[in-house]
Amino acid sequence: MNEETAGTGNGETLLEMQALRVEALGADGNPFRIVNDIDVNLKRGEVLGLIGESGAGKSTIGLAAMCFARPGCLITGGRILFAGTDLRQQDEDDVRQIRGVRAAYIAQSAAAAFNPAKRLNDQVTEAAVRHSVMSHSSATKRAKDLYARLDLPDPSRIGRRYPHQVSGGQLQRVMSAMAMTCGPDLLVLDEPTTALDVTTQIEVLATVRDLIRNNNTAALYITHDLAVVAQVADRIMVLRYGDLIEQGPTAKILHDPEEPYTKELISARTEDINTKVFTGMPENPVLAIRDVTATYDGEVDVLKNVGVEIGRGETVAIVGESGSGKSTLARAVTGLLAPRNGHVEFDGQKLSLALRERGKEELRKIQMIYQMPDVAINPRQRVSEIIGRPLTFYFGLTGKEREEQIFALLEEIDLDREFADRFPGQLSGGQKQRVCIARALAADPELIICDEVTSALDQVVAAGILKLLDRLQQEKGLAYMFITHDLGIVRNIADRTVVMYQGEVVEQGTTEQIFTPPQKEAYTRKLIASTPEMRTDWLDEVLRERGDLFDIDAAAHT
Amino acid sequence: MVTTSETAQWVRPTKMMVVKQFLKGMPLTARVGLAIIVINLIVVVFAPWLAPYGETELVTDVWAPISAEHWLGGDHIGRDMLSRIIYGARTTIAIAFLATVLAFFMGIVTGFAAAVLGGIFDSILSRFVETLMAIPTLLMALVVISVLGSDLFVLVAVIAVLDSTRVFRLSRAIAMDVAVMEYVEAARLRGERLWWIMTREILPNTTLPLIAEFGLRFVFAFLFIAALSFLGLGIQPPLADWGGMVRESSSAIIYGIVAPLYPAGAIAILAVGTNLLVDYVLAWSNRSAATEFEV
Repeated sequence: MNEETAGTGNGETLLEMQALRVEALGADGNPFRIVNDIDVNLKRGEVLGLIGESGAGKSTIGLAAMCFARPGCLITGGRILFAGTDLRQQDEDDVRQIRGVRAAYIAQSAAAAFNPAKRLNDQVTEAAVRHSVMSHSSATKRAKDLYARLDLPDPSRIGRRYPHQVSGGQLQRVMSAMAMTCGPDLLVLDEPTTALDVTTQIEVLATVRDLIRNNNTAALYITHDLAVVAQVADRIMVLRYGDLIEQGPTAKILHDPEEPYTKELISARTEDINTKVFTGMPENPVLAIRDVTATYDGEVDVLKNVGVEIGRGETVAIVGESGSGKSTLARAVTGLLAPRNGHVEFDGQKLSLALRERGKEELRKIQMIYQMPDVAINPRQRVSEIIGRPLTFYFGLTGKEREEQIFALLEEIDLDREFADRFPGQLSGGQKQRVCIARALAADPELIICDEVTSALDQVVAAGILKLLDRLQQEKGLAYMFITHDLGIVRNIADRTVVMYQGEVVEQGTTEQIFTPPQKEAYTRKLIASTPEMRTDWLDEVLRERGDLFDIDAAAHT
Repeated sequence: MVTTSETAQWVRPTKMMVVKQFLKGMPLTARVGLAIIVINLIVVVFAPWLAPYGETELVTDVWAPISAEHWLGGDHIGRDMLSRIIYGARTTIAIAFLATVLAFFMGIVTGFAAAVLGGIFDSILSRFVETLMAIPTLLMALVVISVLGSDLFVLVAVIAVLDSTRVFRLSRAIAMDVAVMEYVEAARLRGERLWWIMTREILPNTTLPLIAEFGLRFVFAFLFIAALSFLGLGIQPPLADWGGMVRESSSAIIYGIVAPLYPAGAIAILAVGTNLLVDYVLAWSNRSAATEFEV
């Protein structure tokens, strides 16, 4: 928020946490601190951003503000003063009264926060009715009121739907309504927009910010995305491993950070990784997708006449919102989904459409890296088995040869030899993703499909992965098909960019062409404008311009 | 760039450590269960050395009372009851174990294949299994055994086939959860064959529920054999087996002779013991699964 709004806190302190300490039981049976003596101070009408990577303790602090600790964790020290009373001295019933009514929590995954078997209205009003704050009918009336203020379509009737009958962004807003029903003094927002598309994120961000402003609510805004928190927070606390690194007004943290870690966080988002100069359309593309039309159910085409070429050693980004067909395109290339029409050429040779008809060599040359490294490698196989299998399978390596190659691969992904013996459960998210990269490299491929490979990772870790991918590309001349919804990354790494919308290629060209205004296509313009930028006035600016930016859904592409 | 210090405090437990941890956390019930199973195993392996008399030897009077020579007395034709129970453990447990192993092999292979291949293969197999399950097992076994005759091979095969339907359902269901994982997709994209996917990608991720199920299935198989023997279709005399021994001596109960209670008690104790241990294995595997992946 801007300087003039930063003072909206009317001076009255709502929440004060002194020397908060939360401990969890480690695997070795000893407790370890996940929040280490942190002081938090929050005034009415103020928004405090908690920033940090996973494991920083941000969510734990957010929950502790409501005097709650996740199973396995315990608040072991400090005072939690909520409007003057120490919650830790209250008994559980009184605290519970505060939790539902005066303090509310908005979680990252709205889909997981709703009971799929109950109607939205029943869930939105539950807290208010259960805590006898208002009657069922007045709670429902207030819910409808909130739906309208949150710009939900058909506010008087949307509450009768079930969670699966509204979109992800709408559900996130319904959850905001749920949190606001009792008119809480404190809102804890835990990554409320992380699971959303950028275009939806704007809507939710704007409504959340308005709610906080209009109701003089205090809020803790937890996120790992500095650009997002820059739009809503007055102050920012940077956390790492449960320790406070730095805190200060938003503008100060963004533009004049003091601590090296904060600087690293900020540069991770802005650094230009791609060092190549693009030379034009590829002459002999390694991969050519020609006129591919594909469908899952035989009725609706998820891909419509898609044509994309990827040159040797080139990074082509495929961007679009969820549902635009990006991942389906990857499935068509790998053969998991045989296209209904069109074909895929590799090195000028037509690939068999279906996976089972492809030969070993064809399979070897196209490798894939996934979004969630947790489920992309088998938790019951050691790292040496995971990256050794392609060596045996494709090249027949065994024994000593295989072992040496495994070590060589580990070196390429900057991991020590001793990692060969580990199971995935003993690796961090970034390390797991590196193992996935090593597994792809083991096949000595020509093209690697990267499906949202960084979106499950923290920003500093993600930047490391992107740098690794770039280095490998330069060493081995790999081509990347880089599927992502994060345009911030695209700008830094892609040679060319393909914009997809509803199964069609809307626009493609060099990344510079695509990103240099004015964009030819309205949808591209909207997508780029929706990507949060690291300055505090970005959201206001976008909202001011959105008259001409966002009324394009009907005429998205003609 | 990436150091190992992040995860250094997490030491991979060795097999010995896992076993120690498993034994350490055991409540009394599970210890009792384990003891019962161990004693039974010892009896199975060392039967000829433990039994004071031969399996079919006539050594005492009909319904001989308990004495120093015959700790559990004699049976309806004058064989030593204790020796019969010891040899009976051998037949009953060995056959039940064999049948359960066979049932698991068939059930896991078909269940995993159905989950991985899906489509028409899964539909046909699942409908077939459901049809098989719709027929009451005992009735089915009675019909098949009376047609094919009741030698040990038929007995094992019948119990294995009937039991494998349950194993199929379980392994199909748990494999479904694993088969959608991206590491399985990665294996398919690599070009791996079905057998690799089933044994190397899926099986290691489903072992704990399968082990727990194995214990329960073993108990059922063993009760089933006892039931068949009681009906005269199971293990044929003069081979000793607990179910058959209950039948042979059942008429004695009306005279106040406790002989049938000994084999019946042996059946009950082993069944309870196995269940006690399985309960713990289930609880333990849930607990370790919950803590394992949060590092």
